[in-house]
Amino acid sequence: MSSIVIPPLRKLLQRWGVHPDSHKFPACGLSIEQAGFPDLLTVPLSQHVGAAARPVVAVGDYVLRGQLIAEAGGNISAPVHAPTSGTVVAIAEAAMPHPSGLPDMAIHIKPDGRDEWVTLQTEHYPINLAGEEIARRVAAAGIVGMGGATFPSAVKLALGAKSKITTLILNGSECEPYLSCDDRLMQEHADGIIEGARLILKATGATRVLVGIEDNKPEAITAMKIAAKPFPEVGVAKVPSRYPMGADRQLIQTLTGIEAPADGRAADVGVVVHNVGTAYAVHRALRYGEPLTERVITVAGGAVREPRNLWARIGTPLSYLFERCGGLVSSPARVIVGGPMMGIGVPSFEAPVVKGASGALALTAAEVGEREPSACIRCSSCVSACPVGLMPLEMASLINANELGKADEIGLGDCLTCGACGFVCPSRIPLVQYFYHAKGELSAMNRDKKRLDNIKVLTDARSERIEREKREKAEMHARRKAERDRAAAEAAQKRNSETAS
Amino acid sequence: MSQVHASPHALTSRTTSQIMGMVLLALTPATLAGFWQFGWGAFLFWCVCVFSCVFFEALCLRWAGKRALPVLWDGSAVLTGWLMAMSMPPWAPWWIGVLASACAIVLAKQVFGGLGCNLFNPAMVGRTLVLVSFPVQMTQWVSPQALAQGTDFAQAFSQIFLASGVPDAFTSASLLGHVKTELGRGVDMFDALRDFLPWASSINGARAGSLGETSALLILGGGLFLVAKRIIGLRIPIGFMLGLGVPALIANAVAPESFLPASTHILSGGAMLGAFFIATDYVTSPSAPAGQWAFALGCGLITWLIRTWGGYPEGVGFAVLIMNALTPLLDMWRPRIFGRSFTGKSLPARRVGSV
Repeated sequence: MSSIVIPPLRKLLQRWGVHPDSHKFPACGLSIEQAGFPDLLTVPLSQHVGAAARPVVAVGDYVLRGQLIAEAGGNISAPVHAPTSGTVVAIAEAAMPHPSGLPDMAIHIKPDGRDEWVTLQTEHYPINLAGEEIARRVAAAGIVGMGGATFPSAVKLALGAKSKITTLILNGSECEPYLSCDDRLMQEHADGIIEGARLILKATGATRVLVGIEDNKPEAITAMKIAAKPFPEVGVAKVPSRYPMGADRQLIQTLTGIEAPADGRAADVGVVVHNVGTAYAVHRALRYGEPLTERVITVAGGAVREPRNLWARIGTPLSYLFERCGGLVSSPARVIVGGPMMGIGVPSFEAPVVKGASGALALTAAEVGEREPSACIRCSSCVSACPVGLMPLEMASLINANELGKADEIGLGDCLTCGACGFVCPSRIPLVQYFYHAKGELSAMNRDKKRLDNIKVLTDARSERIEREKREKAEMHARRKAERDRAAAEAAQKRNSETAS
Repeated sequence: MSQVHASPHALTSRTTSQIMGMVLLALTPATLAGFWQFGWGAFLFWCVCVFSCVFFEALCLRWAGKRALPVLWDGSAVLTGWLMAMSMPPWAPWWIGVLASACAIVLAKQVFGGLGCNLFNPAMVGRTLVLVSFPVQMTQWVSPQALAQGTDFAQAFSQIFLASGVPDAFTSASLLGHVKTELGRGVDMFDALRDFLPWASSINGARAGSLGETSALLILGGGLFLVAKRIIGLRIPIGFMLGLGVPALIANAVAPESFLPASTHILSGGAMLGAFFIATDYVTSPSAPAGQWAFALGCGLITWLIRTWGGYPEGVGFAVLIMNALTPLLDMWRPRIFGRSFTGKSLPARRVGSV
């Protein structure tokens, strides 16, 4: 069970995906180094899916590494910890790696250089902890999906307990070009990843772990197989190198042959997918008690002099990472957080490393290959590339004609925005941008519709209330009048009887 | 860098012009073989088609108020002219080429909105319109080598631009035309085919026909080059061959005296050119797999029907145009979406079993 052979027939039937140039060298051949810390760390409050964290420190406070500086802001949220020891100098807006390019709130910490930890609760046998306790500690450590999705991991663990998970899939595919942070992590810390996986397994109640690694990372596969050897419940499988192999449903299908329903979750088929980086963070959090304060990030791109993987503290500005890698050889055309296929183009070098940042890329104009879009020649490259079986060209032309509803009918909602279609398009049509736009417009329309419905409910309630009040008033009037009349009648009777006596 | 860009931040190096360039490259061997077989006249007529297509494209773009040069660089007008030259008699008079180009570019392409918007394959519209309007000039096939030997450039020039047709002494019927005539006269298939050696002549192109018809194997080579370069898929060529070959095989097995064998069908006329270069035109063929199969099978089948019972000896052009009209309909046959059934319902959750 230490390796699983995928039937070749299925390989032939799977025709989706693209093969971008990997650009993984030279970073994937160099060991991970400590990045050190810059003069100022900018730790964003919203580094995860869900509500932003709430600061629990004030400007001027001295914090230790690993100290809680912002607590989870809701059920789906994650706390934030100080990446190093130092002083909180500001809680203010800063440049963010966000698709909108807008700034957001962050805690600014000036490191004191001592990098002193808070007292950590270590555990020699974390595997003996109960499942709920593991989930609780993962939540307290602020761990989120490290592959880039940044969904709070503890929520996913709790979900597993609810929906009868049988299989945990560890995503080590790393299908994005340039990135090699998971590859290096698997080569250097395979034991930690396997322990983390077993802890997640315990928390979710699943019975087996499948690690899916793309076949362009043979060293990582070997390292993981060796680390997994003692554990019969852990299997390491080679998956074909193809983008987007790392999309959860695609990976589930490649590894298990089962297609998760489009309207359901992966949990519905009894599977939960975690990134290998997340598993490693879980291992650090449980064995050493360390909250998530650093991550491996690939610093690469044609404009970077010495690309490599670094252990970077959360909140480190990209400019510092590029400096650490020998500086930039030329002015980059785009700076990206994440991979080139789905990463976020950031407007400033000062944008910080966040929990989900797998790469900091400075790409030259030649690498980006940007050109004016030309007419669609209906070559259908996008149709063959789409991992979901959509027709991107048709969706884009509908969106272009502002027929958003029709685009939604033919599958816009199933689009992963993985960018495979935009990558292959010979006419350079920004297909993904169309889809982002349409998805945004549709959700805005939905929101508006909901608001209108709400308004209608409220207006109806108001007119009903006015009606009722009017009725009540009229009734009261009638009652009062009746009372007055009765009183008058009684008085008259009294008077009459008095006069009579 | 101050701008916000949407992902992806990487693109393939392949552009529209490169795709068109690759198709032109794939057509080159067959074209050169055609020039060698049919002489200067073929070259001049090819020039007429290519230049007039580019000219009309530029003219239309100017009328529309667009800048012509960037659009011309995509190479689609050159390709239209080239394909048209390859599907018409090599020594046809110049005005035939100009007229066909005008129909192809103005009527079939620019009126619909230019590249990517046309419903019908422009080259086939151009060719078919002149074929039905000027059947005499469009069916004068010169014998191979008859004019290549002994005519120099000046003679070829005056023939194409001044004379009105090739002298009968130099013409001969194409295989399909000859068979149609002979069958019409009551001659059976074996006698009709006696003078033709389809396998031998399909290699070097030494037989009467258009540039793209005579050397079927060079066309096949070019087509396979495009497949290897992933410019075209195999669905449409294979579907076309099946649609043409399977009925031919059955009919020939039942009554060999009145039906052409499947190999002759596939190796003669415009079948190869149609399967690899014309039916595969991106713009006018369906984009999803199921539709592509239906389209290709339809093209092949209609070609066979026209060749066998139609009024014209060759039917590739008509077949492609008819199926082009069906393309928007076939495009509604979308692929199955991941996690959904063909009807669009979410799949039932099949649970992953534990080991």
